[in-house]
Amino acid sequence: MKPGRLSHLEQLEAESIHILREVVAEFDRPVMLYSIGKDSSVLVRLAQKAFAPAPLPFPLLHIDTTWKFRAMIEFRDRFARENGLDLRVHTNRRALAEGASPFAWGSNKYTQVMKTHALLEALREGGYDAAFGGARRDEERSRAKERVLSFRDSYGQWDPKNQRPELWNLYNGKIRKGESIRAFPMSNWTELDVWQYIWQEDIPIVPLYFAAPRRVVEREGTLLMVDDERFPLLPGEEPRTEVVRFRTLGCYPLTGAVRSNATTLPDILREMVEATTSERQGRLIDHDEAASMEAKKREGYF
Amino acid sequence: MAAATEMTNGLAGWLRAQEQKDLLRFVTIGSVDDGKSTLIGRLLHDAHGLYEDQLHAVRRASVRGSTRGEGSTSEIDFSLFTDGLQAEREQGITIDVAYRYFTTARRKFIIADTPGHVQYTRNMATGASTADAALILVDARLGVLPQTRRHAQIAALLGISHVVACVNKMDLVDFDRAVFDSIVRDLRAIGEKLGLRSLHAIPVSALAGDNVVSKSERTPWWAGTTLLEHLETLPVENGARAGAFRLPVQLVLRPGIGYRGFAGQIVSGSVKPGDEVVVLPSGKSSRVTSVDVAGKPVDVAFAPMSIALRLADEIDISRGDVLVHADAPLAVASDVEADLVWMSERPLDRAKSYLLKHTTRTVRAEVASIVYGTDAETLEPVAKSTLVLNDIARVQVRCRAPIFFDAYAAQRATGAFILIDSVTNDTVAAGMITKALEGAERGTSRTLVGDEERRARLGQSGAVLRVLASSLAGAFELGYALERALFDGGRIATVVDEARDARDAAEACARGGLLAIVAGVDADGANGEAVELNGQTLRASSREELVQRVLAAVR
Repeated sequence: MKPGRLSHLEQLEAESIHILREVVAEFDRPVMLYSIGKDSSVLVRLAQKAFAPAPLPFPLLHIDTTWKFRAMIEFRDRFARENGLDLRVHTNRRALAEGASPFAWGSNKYTQVMKTHALLEALREGGYDAAFGGARRDEERSRAKERVLSFRDSYGQWDPKNQRPELWNLYNGKIRKGESIRAFPMSNWTELDVWQYIWQEDIPIVPLYFAAPRRVVEREGTLLMVDDERFPLLPGEEPRTEVVRFRTLGCYPLTGAVRSNATTLPDILREMVEATTSERQGRLIDHDEAASMEAKKREGYF
Repeated sequence: MAAATEMTNGLAGWLRAQEQKDLLRFVTIGSVDDGKSTLIGRLLHDAHGLYEDQLHAVRRASVRGSTRGEGSTSEIDFSLFTDGLQAEREQGITIDVAYRYFTTARRKFIIADTPGHVQYTRNMATGASTADAALILVDARLGVLPQTRRHAQIAALLGISHVVACVNKMDLVDFDRAVFDSIVRDLRAIGEKLGLRSLHAIPVSALAGDNVVSKSERTPWWAGTTLLEHLETLPVENGARAGAFRLPVQLVLRPGIGYRGFAGQIVSGSVKPGDEVVVLPSGKSSRVTSVDVAGKPVDVAFAPMSIALRLADEIDISRGDVLVHADAPLAVASDVEADLVWMSERPLDRAKSYLLKHTTRTVRAEVASIVYGTDAETLEPVAKSTLVLNDIARVQVRCRAPIFFDAYAAQRATGAFILIDSVTNDTVAAGMITKALEGAERGTSRTLVGDEERRARLGQSGAVLRVLASSLAGAFELGYALERALFDGGRIATVVDEARDARDAAEACARGGLLAIVAGVDADGANGEAVELNGQTLRASSREELVQRVLAAVR
């Protein structure tokens, strides 16, 4: 850092820290949604910086669908342990008992039950009035419309047609009992900013982001990784080993891999700069129907 | 997407180049159907800010439902990139701000694409509040519309340094230079009236791409730059904000014994260990022992860094306080004058207190009076008795606790506030402080009747008697007993029942036999001066005559 001038990333960092501190100052029970991905890793680092030398003044919450990549869960537990994080894990046990699975239920119903409903249940049980998320406005076009402090009614619903005006960096944190706020400190970051920050700050991320030989099947143009024995193979399908990596991580049956030889962060950055498709291209749940993300968020999805 | 050629110097060179790039935040504003979203789509597309899958999705959607009616596979409806809500695509209008990001070899950009509909002006202000520059779109066929004026006014009020007028749809007026020149003349006249600091105009066609990223051959008479080139070369602040040091305290970091850090984002100026700082409002001073970023001490910190300060003395500092250098204090006042943009469907209620959030401080506040409103059409001042959605007015605000501020024109972050309805919790207005109000401006000491004269006539000296008891009922009981006793003792007293504002207090005084005079502004100012008395409006051809009529009426 040169005196007198902040780089683009330093400006973004300062803005994110400001948002994190405002929410902690104005709410009684904040929580941070932790999804194990690269954005979550960056968000945790930003929060550590915001409150250093104090520990994070809120717990982390992971909505575990039980269909995450195994490498994600291993990373989650190690990351929480090594960083001394207060990690809470919540699963919609009832739906799981009823057999909820992305294969059996379809991605739409499954996401609604195992992600949206589970999230709302966990927020209610924890009595949380503000939940941080690592979502960025460049990810998807309905995200691009969302406020930094996004108001949700007592059912966790978003009303995109009636959002509070949000001026300057004066965030309105006033809510009634039962209502809540989703706070997005990384709203103005882009995917490239995130990767650059991970590289500069040496932030640990799940190894699935790096290219390696993995067992995959190609289904309707998407490369799906066969992460465990629950993956139902269709007649004639035979998993093969390919060198792939992931640009985004979610439930393994719903997340497409990309063919890549990027095994280091500089490789990934180079690939990013030359990329011609967006990261969410590999996200099946975004493409369920037109305005799919918006529909999910109206119901309470993050 | 970001020009792959940039990587040819290797990763290290690329990262260095990224560090050097500055950031420009701009907002696109204008009327409905002037092509704002289309312009953004065009800019992103031609500057290679779009991914193939996004293009593909929009190409598909362009066939299904285009804002331009029958979509064809060959033409892309660029507005579909930014109109991200279902309701927006159904209706072909923009409802809320969309934020977009793109980068060129020279600069990074954050675009706030805002709605043109009058109904959603508040969302336009939302997008404009964080912008360094504004692109105002004007349809070449229609010229300057009322909404263009309103948006220009908000841009001026918000203090946006650079305004770039894009005269769009030039292809539909045959790239006629006279049309362009005439619109630019109109815009300049508006700019002068509003005091816009810089206004630059470019003839474009967002749909066809003329003068957006590449120079058009169809405007040979145009010697200026393309829009993108202009945006790449506008001067920006580079993040470091000049001015005196100001740190509004967000919260106090106390991880354990031995550490007490006052955390906040520096609004302006810089700070280093050893500096003397003063805490507002207490006025206590201390010396900075450490400036911490992410828990580690640094030699110096400056705006807009988020830091924590440690001080030599144990003084009481909490959220809402501001730390400044001793030689550059902030103005302190409870009564301020401000420009207000009303953003709620519910009109302003002057009898009601709102929450005013300014820096990290939230206080209760009332809009004590409306100095004048602004006519959206003529931009001239008009009398107003209340404010409704999208109204813009100069007002006097009375805070129940002092705030510490700079004028908005001098420093955005310490001059801006929002008003929150404390019942609905909605953000109802955006405010920009112009100055502190002195006693006379508050209307408290302009009286032509001396206190001595008044006391002589009544035969008593005035006093405020604050009655205290363990319950409200008890307090009133004692209050009325006192009133009776004072009256019986030859004094004139009246109980003022929890007055919420000047009007309530005046009514209480009047019931007690005093003639209470309340000053106000007539919404229909054209009728001249008047006095309302017992439900009757008194008027006269001169002020003297009006005074005589009032004297006769109160007898």
